[in-house]
Amino acid sequence: MNNTGETRSVVVEREIPHPPEKIWRALTQPHLLAEWLMKNDFMAVVGHRFNLRGEWGGVLDCEVLVVEPNETLSYTWDHPHDDPAFNLKSVVTFTLTPTHGGTHLRMEQVGFRPDQRQAYGGARSGWENFLAQLEQVVARTE
Amino acid sequence: MATSHDLLFRTLADPTRRALFERLCREGEQTVAALTARAGVSQPAVSKHLGVLKQAGLVRDRHAGRQTHYSAQLAALAPLIDWTSQMTGFWQSRFDDLEDLLKRMDQ
Repeated sequence: MNNTGETRSVVVEREIPHPPEKIWRALTQPHLLAEWLMKNDFMAVVGHRFNLRGEWGGVLDCEVLVVEPNETLSYTWDHPHDDPAFNLKSVVTFTLTPTHGGTHLRMEQVGFRPDQRQAYGGARSGWENFLAQLEQVVARTE
Repeated sequence: MATSHDLLFRTLADPTRRALFERLCREGEQTVAALTARAGVSQPAVSKHLGVLKQAGLVRDRHAGRQTHYSAQLAALAPLIDWTSQMTGFWQSRFDDLEDLLKRMDQ
């Protein structure tokens, strides 16, 4: 275990029966992006800083890193939080690959969170909420 | 993964056990006697609950003289609050909405 934390990634892939050009529009036009992801002030320009605003009230700080039209879109996805257990710095990358029937869409989110052991020390509100929900979860699974 | 979830859920589903675990999280290491004084149940019952928490990896015990001290092991909760599993669910659901949008864009 090191003191600088650890990097982890999430990959979600899907075959989508639409051409890359159309998916690219849904990824980069703010009004379309708002329909499936979050409200935003996105622009497909490297270095552009924008926010994603979730329905739950959370705001993500983002900066565009890569724009290769119809192929690759990458931006930072940071969720600043005083509580280290909720503080997340990450990079989201969408990769579009044409297929016979449409597009293979791949999303990879590579994230950094401070060392989990330390983070749990400050994670009081997080696990208290978690514990509060636990009984409901257990009730549903039985 | 599913097995470790099941064990954690089962262990923390009991309100008395959960209360003991929460106190150890909040207040740090404590003896069985100190926990019993505020638990509202007998010392054997407290010891039994602590044994179950220990089996799930949620607490650790330390013997000092005649006293046994227990402390919370928050890392045991990692499988449940791991951000990667949360985000995977998030993106799957967003991609569902993306596909709905793409269908509407045809019309």
